[in-house]
Amino acid sequence: MAEQYVAAVDQGTNSTRCILFDRRGRLVSVAQREHHQLFPRPGWVEHDAGEIWNNVTRVVPGAIKQIGASPSQIVAIGIANQRETSLLWDRLTGRPIGHAVTWQDTRTDRLVTELAGTEGADRFADLCGLPLTTYFSAPRIKWMLDHTPGLRQRAERGEILFGTMESWLIWNFTGGAKGGLHATDVTNASRTMLMNIETLEWDDRLLEAFDVPRAILPEIRPSSGVFATATEVLPGVRIGAALGDQQAALFGQTCFSAGEAKCTYGTGSFLLLHTGQEIVRSKHGMLTTVAYQIGDHPASYALEGSMAVTGSLVQWFRDGLGMIHTAAEIETLARTVEDNGGAYIVPAFSGLFAPHWRSEARGVIAGLTGYITKGHLARAVLEATGFQTLEVVDAMNADSGIALTALKVDGGMTANNLLMQFLADLLDVRVVRPMVTETVSLGAAYAAGLAVGYWPDLEGLRSNWHRAGQWMPHMDPARRKTEYANWQAAVQRTFNWIRPEDQEL
Amino acid sequence: MPGTVQSIERAAAVLRLLAAAPDGLGVADLGNALGLAKTTVHGILRTLHQVGFVEQDHTGAHYHLSDAFGRLGESYLDPNELRSRAINWADSLASRSGEVVRVGRLVEGKVVVVHHVFRPDDSDQDLDVGTTLPPHATALGKAVLAYDASGASRPHKLEAFTTRTIIDPARLAEELAAVRARGWASEFEEYTVELASIAAPIRGLGGLVVGAVGLAGRVERICDSRLRHRADLVTMVRATADAIARDLREDA
Ligand SMILES: Nc1ncnc2c1ncn2[C@@H]1O[C@H](COP(=O)(O)OP(=O)(O)OP(=O)(O)O)[C@@H](O)[C@H]1O
Ligand SMILES: [Mg+2]
Repeated sequence: MAEQYVAAVDQGTNSTRCILFDRRGRLVSVAQREHHQLFPRPGWVEHDAGEIWNNVTRVVPGAIKQIGASPSQIVAIGIANQRETSLLWDRLTGRPIGHAVTWQDTRTDRLVTELAGTEGADRFADLCGLPLTTYFSAPRIKWMLDHTPGLRQRAERGEILFGTMESWLIWNFTGGAKGGLHATDVTNASRTMLMNIETLEWDDRLLEAFDVPRAILPEIRPSSGVFATATEVLPGVRIGAALGDQQAALFGQTCFSAGEAKCTYGTGSFLLLHTGQEIVRSKHGMLTTVAYQIGDHPASYALEGSMAVTGSLVQWFRDGLGMIHTAAEIETLARTVEDNGGAYIVPAFSGLFAPHWRSEARGVIAGLTGYITKGHLARAVLEATGFQTLEVVDAMNADSGIALTALKVDGGMTANNLLMQFLADLLDVRVVRPMVTETVSLGAAYAAGLAVGYWPDLEGLRSNWHRAGQWMPHMDPARRKTEYANWQAAVQRTFNWIRPEDQEL
Repeated sequence: MPGTVQSIERAAAVLRLLAAAPDGLGVADLGNALGLAKTTVHGILRTLHQVGFVEQDHTGAHYHLSDAFGRLGESYLDPNELRSRAINWADSLASRSGEVVRVGRLVEGKVVVVHHVFRPDDSDQDLDVGTTLPPHATALGKAVLAYDASGASRPHKLEAFTTRTIIDPARLAEELAAVRARGWASEFEEYTVELASIAAPIRGLGGLVVGAVGLAGRVERICDSRLRHRADLVTMVRATADAIARDLREDA
C-alpha cells in the first residue's frame, strides 16, 4: 500500500505553508507562498483573504506534487492559523467584506480605551481570560461593523459571517457559498474575547459588551475532531483539526501535561505553559487561553506570554532599513562585533504585549552613541527577542510558582545560533530545539491525524519527539544582571508615547 | 557567430550599462539603449537579480549592480542563510537515518560546520557549529572538495588521522574524481576509527556547489555486512541535498 500522509496547512502572518508528515511525524515535503502585507495607514495591517485562500489552493497540491504522491495518499487535513486576524464575509456570495484586519493592527486603540472605561482593561478577564487590547478580535469586529455603512444591519439579518483564518479556510475547503461549513475551534475562539473560557461557548454578556450579533459567529468545535470532508482542493479528505498556530506548536512539541512549556520564535514569539484542565489566572500579565480540546474530552488550558515583535524586527531591519538581504544574514552582521555596544532596541511597534500590555507604548533605540555600528544594532535586534523572552519567563515563573528549568523552542528564528545561545545565557537555562522546527504544522498534523485514527494516542506522539540541538548557559551572572537592567530602563522609555488625544477614531 | 549564447551577450551589455549608471536604470532605459523589448530586458534583469548581480531600489523601478557583483570571488551564499534553508531537510534526514547530520562548507582549506543536528536518541551531545573538519578525511569534506575548481581551498598537507586516511595527493585526486562521477562522497574510518560517513554536494543556482550535507555514525550502522555504504542511506543523503538545493534555487 502506498504510504499515507497528513497534510498540515499553516496559514501564517506572512505566508501559507502546506507540509506533509509521515507516520513517524517526519516532514516529507513543504510548499510555501507569501501573501502581501497591506499598510493602508500607520498602525493598520491588513491581508487580502482572497489571496490567502488562493495560496492555499496552490501550496496543498504543490506539497503533494513535490514527492510525486497522489491526493488519495492524504488521510487528513490539519489547519493551524495566525490568530485573532479577523474577517467578515458575505454568506451568499462568499466574498470578503474588505480586507482581513490582522492581529498587529492598532486601529482599535481608542475603542479599546473607551471600552475599558473606568473599570479598566481587565473588566472582561474573568469571563474570557484576556485583557482589553487591540490584539484580540472582538474590538476589531465592532470596528468593522461600525465603519461600513449598512453592515451592522446586514449582520443582524444573518447575511454576514465572521471568522478568523481557520474559519475562512474551513468554509472554503467545504464549498464556500455552496454549502460551506462555518466553524471555529476552541483555541481560536478563546482569542476573540467573545467566548466564555469556562463554558467554551459564546457569552451573551461579551457579545453585548462588544455589540456583536450572534448571527455572524461560527460554531465552536473541539480542536481535534472531524470538522467536515473537504469538497475543494482535496475533495474527499477529512479536515481533522484546527488550532491557533501557537496552540498547534504546543501540541507539536508534545507538551501534553501540565507544567510543560514551549516558545515559538516567528513573526512574533509566544511562550505557552500547559496548565492542564485548570484555568489559571495570571497576576503578572500572562493570558489565560485554551490549549486544545480533543474530541469530547475536557479542554486543556495554557498560560501564554505573547511578544508581538521578534522575527518581524529582523524583517524590519532587512526591509525597512535595508541593512541585510536575508533574515539569516543578521547573524553574520551581529558576529562582526563582540556585544551590543550599549544599544538596546525595544520594538513596541504595536504597543507592548506581555507582560506590560501597554498599547500606547512605541519603540525606541536606547543607548545610541557614535560608537554604535550596524553590527551593534544587529545584535540589539536579536537581543530584543532574548530580553522579551526573559520578561515573559520571569512573569510565568511568578504565576506558576515553579522556575523553568529548560526552554523548548521552535520556529524560523531557531536557525539563529547566536540568538539561541543568547537565550540560554540570559535565561540561565538549557535551550532545546526539537527535530522538527515547523512545530506549528506538526501540531496541526498530529491533532488531525489523531481525529482520523492515523495515530492512536498522545503517548505514541510523545515518542516521536527528539532533541535536535541544545544550547547551554555560559553568561556571567553579573553581566546578565546589568544587561537586563539596561533593557528594563529602555522599556520604561517606550511608555506613554501615544497620548489619548493622538488616537484615531 | 556559431557557439555563442545571445542571452549572455545581452546580459553582459546590461551589466556594462548598469556599471556606467551610478543612479541605476529602469527597464525602459535599458530597452531603449539596447534596442530590446521590455519583456526581454525584464527577463534578463530578473535572472541577474536572482543570481545576485543586480539589485532593485526600494521603489522597484531602478536596477543597479549589487555590492556582491564587485566581489565575485567571495562565497555568494551567507553560511547562516545556508543553515536556514537546510534546517528542515537536515532534521528530516537525521530522524529518518537515526544518525548525526551536518552541513558544511569549504573555507580556507577546512570544512566549517554550518549546521549540526543531533543523533535522534536524546543522548548527551554538544553542538559543534563553527568547528572545522579536515576535508580529505571526511565525506562532508570530499563532497565539497570534489567541486572546488580553483584548488585554492585544498588542504596543504594531508594529515593522517587513522591508518586509513588518504594522505597521498594522487589517491585523493582519484577519490575526488570518483565523487564527481557518482555525485556523492563516502568515508570509512578515515577520520575516526569505527566511524563512517556519507555526504552529497548542495548545488545552488547554475550548479555552483555551496556546501554539502551528510551523516556520520558507527560503521555497523552506516555500512552493510560487506562494509559498503548502505544504499538506502546514500539515497536519503542525496535526496536531502537535492531538497536543500531546490529551496535555494526557488527562493533566490
Ligand atoms: N536566521 C534567522 N535569524 C533571525 N531571524 C530569522 C532567521 N530566519 C528567519 N527569521 C525570522 O523568523 C521569521 C520567520 O519564521 P517563521 O517562518 O517561523 O515565522 P512565522 O511566524 O511562522 O511566519 P508567519 O508569520 O507567516 O506565521 C521572520 O520574521 C524572519 O525575520
Ligand atoms: Mg507561523
